[in-house]
Amino acid sequence: MSDIVISTENLSKQYRLGVISHGTLTRDLQSWWARARGKDDPNSRINIPTQGQARGNNERFWALRDLSFEVERGSKIGIIGRNGAGKSTLLKVLSRITAPSSGKAKIKGRVASLLEVGTGFHPELTGRENIYLNGAILGMSKIETKKKLDEIVSFAGVEKFLDTPVKRYSSGMYVRLAFAVAAHLEPEILIIDEVLAVGDAEFQKKCLGKMDDVSKTGRTVLFVSHNMQAIRSLCPKSMLLNKGEIVTFTATEETLSAYNQSLRNIEIGAETSINNEQNRRGSGAVRFTSVEVKDVESNRRFDFGMGETIRFEMSYETFKEMPGLAVYIGLRSGMTRELVTSAQHVLSTKKISAGTKGTVVVEFPDTYVRPGEYPLYIYISDTDLKSYDFDVLDDLISPLIITSDGELNHSNFNPKRPVGYFSLPSRIVLNEILS
Amino acid sequence: MNLTSEQRSEQWATVIQPHTGWFNFNFSELWRYRDLVAMLVRRDFVVFYKQTILGPTWFLLQPLLTTIMFTVVFGNIAHISTNGLPQILFYMSGIVLWNYFAMCLTNTSSTFITNAAIFGKVYFPRLAVPVSVVITNLITFAIQFCLFLAFMLYFYLRGAGIRPNMLILILPLLLFQLAALGLGIGILISSLTTKYRDLTYLVTFGVQLWMYATPVVYPMSLIPRKWQWVYALNPMASVIETFRYAFLGAGAVQFSRLALSFGMTIVILLIGVILFSRIERTFMDTV
Repeated sequence: MSDIVISTENLSKQYRLGVISHGTLTRDLQSWWARARGKDDPNSRINIPTQGQARGNNERFWALRDLSFEVERGSKIGIIGRNGAGKSTLLKVLSRITAPSSGKAKIKGRVASLLEVGTGFHPELTGRENIYLNGAILGMSKIETKKKLDEIVSFAGVEKFLDTPVKRYSSGMYVRLAFAVAAHLEPEILIIDEVLAVGDAEFQKKCLGKMDDVSKTGRTVLFVSHNMQAIRSLCPKSMLLNKGEIVTFTATEETLSAYNQSLRNIEIGAETSINNEQNRRGSGAVRFTSVEVKDVESNRRFDFGMGETIRFEMSYETFKEMPGLAVYIGLRSGMTRELVTSAQHVLSTKKISAGTKGTVVVEFPDTYVRPGEYPLYIYISDTDLKSYDFDVLDDLISPLIITSDGELNHSNFNPKRPVGYFSLPSRIVLNEILS
Repeated sequence: MNLTSEQRSEQWATVIQPHTGWFNFNFSELWRYRDLVAMLVRRDFVVFYKQTILGPTWFLLQPLLTTIMFTVVFGNIAHISTNGLPQILFYMSGIVLWNYFAMCLTNTSSTFITNAAIFGKVYFPRLAVPVSVVITNLITFAIQFCLFLAFMLYFYLRGAGIRPNMLILILPLLLFQLAALGLGIGILISSLTTKYRDLTYLVTFGVQLWMYATPVVYPMSLIPRKWQWVYALNPMASVIETFRYAFLGAGAVQFSRLALSFGMTIVILLIGVILFSRIERTFMDTV
């Protein structure tokens, strides 16, 4: 019989978008008094039909809807989905930060959640004091932390600064120390949300290695990330969420292909619902209306062989006058999200009036990046690329997948033996084998 | 088969549900996190110490200056009776006790709002924070209490008519009551402030008004007989009166009132804990 450590039954979480209360007691009392006398609520918004009850003016939406699943002891589950799919809400409910609206979740063993590194760090306290404080916040006793102190300190590499207030730490040291405390926790269930989005590349690899070790000791790990390579290398099984519901919960490869498939179908446009999502950054002065990745024959695809030509066809619309216009395309590492290569092109140095529509095609000829997954970062703004009048698409579109042509065996990224990002043309010019 | 699944379900350590009973506070869990409470107390104390030039001297200066102020204004200008006690001792005893209560109340009343960032990222029994505040303030109280004892010794040796008696032994109970009352009202307000921000403005103001409704700057004996019952409803009144009687030997102790005040404290604390543990489950959605 398998050993289930997490079991949920119809777990749901509903948020009310409208007014929860009027924020001040006097207004709430006023509303209550009006309702009690059967009159109109003086504070309710007009033009919204009241559905029988006075509370009808609240829009509701389901962040999680009827999630029922089971997780076995020692398994490593990746959780993926677009922004707003409910990943973070699920982690928050499972780590008891907020209660579900209906349904229930049952958990066996101690849960530690790492939704952020360095929660509760106090800048005035020394590294050592913060280790104890953070450990206690994460549920460790003082004795447990003491036992782990040396390990934590050497993992973070802050031996010399242990008695220095952390406000004097560099941001890198700060993050390393914070992750080190969290990584040395020993809960039965570890819930991790995108903590690897911080720190330098080398440290991120160290973190991934540490998480791999953690999962080998039989602890259960739930891991939310946009980093598909990390999910692939850590988690044999993954869950894909969309609009608060489980799309698939199966082997990671299958889930990832379902995810990429779903991303491919996204129509990006100023009019579509994506535009309303909170993850669309920028002021809205300029918006991409569509972005397509194509080959030279104008077929839409995201997987290319090494050496193939890749074209990015981007349409945009301005909603405000722009002093100029430039686009930027970045290929990021699927493992660490650092930038692998980028291209920046100025479209106009003259003023562009509001309501202008345009299309630009940028080509990467002979792509010599190594096989792997490359999340895209596509950005448009005025020419100095610094103003707030920009639009950016990152995890809203499928990552670029580069495959090898089969002649050479390009191994997938291995954190212990990196192979680099580029495959520059090379050939043997001398090959002497002396006996 | 049904039996095995029943048996299995009994092993769940945590069941996360939308609503549980009215009183779902888990004391054993708070106890498990006692190291966290200790660390929070340490943090608050160390941070205070590091950020000020005078450090703990502030803890002495504050009651000292207030006592002088009260002695001048209420004692020498308004000539309010002190039940025959040296004015300094009379005011200081009231101030030191009131301070502890007021600090517990105001510092815990902002629990949810000041800790929203950390509460949103990690789970631990939320009550650990206000409890740590009460303990931190207990250290402050201890320092101020020593100041009071020093003055008491000085006046005693000079032969002022102060008569400490066996009721001194009741001090831990009085302290518990101050802490419980401050904590109870504080977490009650902090629970309500997640919904009604305007209550935060009321707190400092309300505490000040409450002080004047409590025999801090005047003795109970000045209150007309027909209004005495109002004071019986103020749980702070009998705490301060009892303390003065125990340490200085002036005034009177009415045990029935003390018991009533104790009962009220417990009820307020219970209501606070119940409301707090209900709010803590969903407040992240509203803050």
